[in-house]
Amino acid sequence: MEITLLFAPLVCSLLCGFGWKVIGENAACWIATAGLFLSALLSWIVFLSFDGTTETIQILRFIESGSLSTDWSIRLDRLTTIMLIVITTVSSLVHLYSFGYMAHDDHFGEGVSYKPRFFAYLSFFTFAMLMLVTSDNLVQMFFGWEGVGVASYLLIGFYYKKPSANAAAIKAFVVNRVGDFGFALGIFALFLLTDSIKFDDIFAAVPALAETTVHFLWRDWNAANLIAVLLFIGAMGKSAQLFLHTWLPDAMEGPTPVSALIHAATMVTAGVFLVCRMSPLMEYAPEAMAFVTVFGATTAFVAATIGLVQTDIKRVIAYSTMSQLGYMFVAAGVGMYSAAMFHLLTHAFFKAMLFLGAGSVIHAMHHEQDMNNYGGLRKKIPVTFWAMMIGTLAITGVGIPLTHFGFAGFLSKDAIIESAWGGGSMYGFWMLVIAAAMTSFYSWRLMFLTFYGEARGDKHTHEHAHESPMVMLIPLGVLAIGAIFSGMVFYKSFFGSAEYVGKFYGIPTAEMAAEGAAHVDGAETNHGDAAEGEHEGGHHGPVFVGKPGEGALHFAPGNTVLEDAHGAPKWVKVSPFIAMLGGFLMAMWFYIWNPTLPARLAANQRHLYQFLLNKWYFDEIYKFVFVQPAKAIGRFLWKQGDGRVIDGGLNGLAMGIIPFFTRLAGKAQSGYIFTYAFAMVIGIAVLVTWMTMTGGAK
Amino acid sequence: MENNLLSIVTFMPAFAALILAVFLRGEDEAAQRNAKWLAMITTSATFFISIFVYLEFDPSNTGFQMIDEAEWLLGLNYRLGVDGISILFVMLTTFMMPLVIAASWDVKTRVKEYMIAFLILETLMIGVFVSLDLILFYLFFEASLIPMFLIIGIWGGANRIYASFKFFLYTFFGSVLMLVAMVAMFADAGTTCIGGCDVSLLTHTFGSETFSLMGVQIVGGMQTLMFLAFFASFAVKMPMWPVHTWLPDAHVQAPTAGSVVLAAILLKMGGYGFLRFSLPMFPVGAEVIGPMILWMSAIAIVYTSLVALVQDDMKKLIAYSSVAHMGFVTMGIFSANQQGLDGAIFQMISHGFISGALFLTVGVIYDRMHTREIDAYGGLVNRMPIYALLFMLFTMANVGLPGTSGFVGEFLTLMAVFQVNTWVAAVATTGVIFSAAYALWLYRRVVMGDLIKESLKAITDMNAREKWIFAPLVVMTLLLGVYPALILDVIGPSVSALVEHYDTAVAAGMTAADTAQAHN
Repeated sequence: MEITLLFAPLVCSLLCGFGWKVIGENAACWIATAGLFLSALLSWIVFLSFDGTTETIQILRFIESGSLSTDWSIRLDRLTTIMLIVITTVSSLVHLYSFGYMAHDDHFGEGVSYKPRFFAYLSFFTFAMLMLVTSDNLVQMFFGWEGVGVASYLLIGFYYKKPSANAAAIKAFVVNRVGDFGFALGIFALFLLTDSIKFDDIFAAVPALAETTVHFLWRDWNAANLIAVLLFIGAMGKSAQLFLHTWLPDAMEGPTPVSALIHAATMVTAGVFLVCRMSPLMEYAPEAMAFVTVFGATTAFVAATIGLVQTDIKRVIAYSTMSQLGYMFVAAGVGMYSAAMFHLLTHAFFKAMLFLGAGSVIHAMHHEQDMNNYGGLRKKIPVTFWAMMIGTLAITGVGIPLTHFGFAGFLSKDAIIESAWGGGSMYGFWMLVIAAAMTSFYSWRLMFLTFYGEARGDKHTHEHAHESPMVMLIPLGVLAIGAIFSGMVFYKSFFGSAEYVGKFYGIPTAEMAAEGAAHVDGAETNHGDAAEGEHEGGHHGPVFVGKPGEGALHFAPGNTVLEDAHGAPKWVKVSPFIAMLGGFLMAMWFYIWNPTLPARLAANQRHLYQFLLNKWYFDEIYKFVFVQPAKAIGRFLWKQGDGRVIDGGLNGLAMGIIPFFTRLAGKAQSGYIFTYAFAMVIGIAVLVTWMTMTGGAK
Repeated sequence: MENNLLSIVTFMPAFAALILAVFLRGEDEAAQRNAKWLAMITTSATFFISIFVYLEFDPSNTGFQMIDEAEWLLGLNYRLGVDGISILFVMLTTFMMPLVIAASWDVKTRVKEYMIAFLILETLMIGVFVSLDLILFYLFFEASLIPMFLIIGIWGGANRIYASFKFFLYTFFGSVLMLVAMVAMFADAGTTCIGGCDVSLLTHTFGSETFSLMGVQIVGGMQTLMFLAFFASFAVKMPMWPVHTWLPDAHVQAPTAGSVVLAAILLKMGGYGFLRFSLPMFPVGAEVIGPMILWMSAIAIVYTSLVALVQDDMKKLIAYSSVAHMGFVTMGIFSANQQGLDGAIFQMISHGFISGALFLTVGVIYDRMHTREIDAYGGLVNRMPIYALLFMLFTMANVGLPGTSGFVGEFLTLMAVFQVNTWVAAVATTGVIFSAAYALWLYRRVVMGDLIKESLKAITDMNAREKWIFAPLVVMTLLLGVYPALILDVIGPSVSALVEHYDTAVAAGMTAADTAQAHN
């Protein structure tokens, strides 16, 4: 069953991509979609029937060299099954949606069959993503990692006639490769130190790694910290964290279903998955964890600030995605991996829905993406409006404070913010609360600019705005269910008591034996001194006791973040809600009550506005610091290094010698060959003579 | 296990060349067709027979197999054999040659001579990989350049004289030094047998006592000197930075089929030489010089990748990328551990398929437009979807995408060098970033975009012959990428024996070197 669900997308992708000429365009697309629905069905069966014990299914041998041994295999544990349902559910819905969205496309001329190509790419992406999450070793994971990168490259550049799309595709691939640079070095370091790159072996060796120092580049490092940071650099690339994020907004050049599937719900969360997958290692790498937390929190903040002023509807959502990924990394960074996975799950639903909703708006508006040209669309496309509304309520985190009743984002985002507090990262906590306010602001801004107010922009387009076909609305409906309920349904499993979470992930738990014992151990990890004071009274209830690698996640003995988060004071728990409310009211003020204010503010604060509008000038800086110098150096090495120094030197040398030989051989033009043959014959003669003189005697 | 299989595989192409030379007369169409078909049949048959070599080969035996020996003239020995290190190079050669001939189907000038050159070249290349006698090796190794000169010089581009001149210059000095070293080797060991006989160069221990030569301390003594002499020859062949500049020029001027042979097979002779001679025979020398070579490899990867970034000739770009990929090979070899050698051999085989295919993709559009200027193209995907697909696949393979054969070699060699020197590993790993940049940018400029240029409006997609040439390369690239055991199982035991031999020899030799140094 697992093998079927893994390979169905691949097989269907190939059938669709190569067989469409035989079976027809539509049939090919349906085959790809059917394969995905089959995969999704099986994933849910696997997810629901999974009992928490890790199992491994081997498929084929992969790279074996000396002590390095890897297989193509499926590692089935709770993390995998969560990712399975996320990937296949969103993917199958996106396939379905694409029938409507991709039905007509002005980017291609009459008679160009672009649809099978699109569906084949989507299915191939899904396959690669499944390979990534089902891997039991880092090499297969790297296969999936790069595979989704290629699929993303192909789909971003899907409109191959558009120069901007081509540029964005290359940028995505190359920036990801910068991350892969770190990922690869992390893998090499792991192999050097543990002699294996299989998860089971790595996890078993983790306690030893924490005690090991390794010389890397200019100094000695703690092995666990070094490896964790290197792997995280890989995660930063894929999950668009600060400094390696510039590709994600540009990736919006791809068709909108692609943005929903790859650049919101699945691929970009691969980095979060990697960090959670490596939780045993992370638990033993406190400095690396702090690094992850700081990066996640800063990314959440920076992305949110940029999101405030963008006017392209897809770019707003892209920055929102980047920001939400930052949230997940904060959760993982403070050691609350299950909260990270929780947000990953809920985010997949509501963000995919926001993107598909945005796609529906774009579809209605004839591929207009600038929100300045929207307005008043509520009446024209009511179903899309309500879907987007649910998505907005979910992402901003609407719910009833101090209860577990609310939209998906309310539960998972609050879980992260509480974890940040419980984990003792005050920086993380405040950054995320501020980001939550901004999230609320830009999300509502998007809603207000798009659906409320007067119609702006081209009249003709507005008059012809139409609701999308059923095939696009059904996926929105399904995702809406997820956006509303997934938080409430899964709350206990992801962020309930240790007993629930332990059972869900297959981590053994035990009643707290001697109180305070775990606390003493806790002092040596980074989990918080702040929490320490708060819970002087000692613990009660179950705690995690699994060894590294036991269960899908690992919580070190000192990791009490879950409890500390639950024990957070009321103001902490309410703060995200207040932030959300503040953001909402600000958006109301700016775009409903006083619509001229944004323009005036932008004029007043021109520098700040330009700074945000230009995305903190990352692209410009990178171009200046990396891209142009690389070309300049390349040109210099080519013309000066190869041309002047190497060739010049040799030619100078040669001018003295060559004429001598060519004279010997006679003709100048083909002389080299004769010279060469001549020299060779002389050589042989010398050797043979020598042999007969000396060797013959032996 | 005595048989003549290897001799048949080696000399069959030369025999066919002889037949062509003696019996085929005339320049008319029929004669041309006969020449092509004879070459095609011969190379195919050679591949077919080499499959038997492959089947008979026993990977678990780390010694030489299928040894074929005879007394030769002047008391010299003729000895052929294969082991786990060489057999796949033989297979690579016999596999590529029919494709090369098929790719030359449209050659119009001097078809007979063209086919003769390629057939002889095949014999010489196989000969390099199977020779177990020093003189025989030297003969094949040096002679293989002559047909290549001719191919570039007669069927090449406008600037072919300059290219073959440069090619000559570089290889010549290396050869001279190697010859001197060979004489010294024979003087020291008293045999020319490379391996597979009682007294052989592979089992002989060359002196490694440190001595001073004209005031310079030569750590590792004899071995270091001989290592350097061989290195001069093999480094040019690879080619390694900074003696790589002949390759882009040679590629640019060579006809498509010549480029394919050059990239796919001839370059591998250098790597093979390192594995056959430098590492096992002069381990102390390798240990002394190795760190420098690792750095040269890392520099090669970054340097040539950056240069590739700014090329405007497709073939030059791919040639520079070849140099970068060979950097991974030398890096793996001189990491001198199992992953490094496995990776290096894997990388060489895989690069044979991938770079061969890339030069063929250039050939496809060169045949149509007669230019290699990148700027002359753009938007080919609109008219050539199948071409775009194949080009994409091999671009990705060139970038080292997992799932293609390009990944395994890069990954293993990087992993190997990380165990030896993390700085080199880190510098070399940046190659994965640069390679993505130059390869995808090339692809974008040639294939992507709208088809605007008037001259390209009528360009046609690949024909059946062209597709069939690519088919085996596609299969191998993907198959080896997904199931690398096909190679690793064959070479594994021999490689591990080599590594073991190397480690013990270094341990013993270095002590000797150090003691001698202490005495001085």
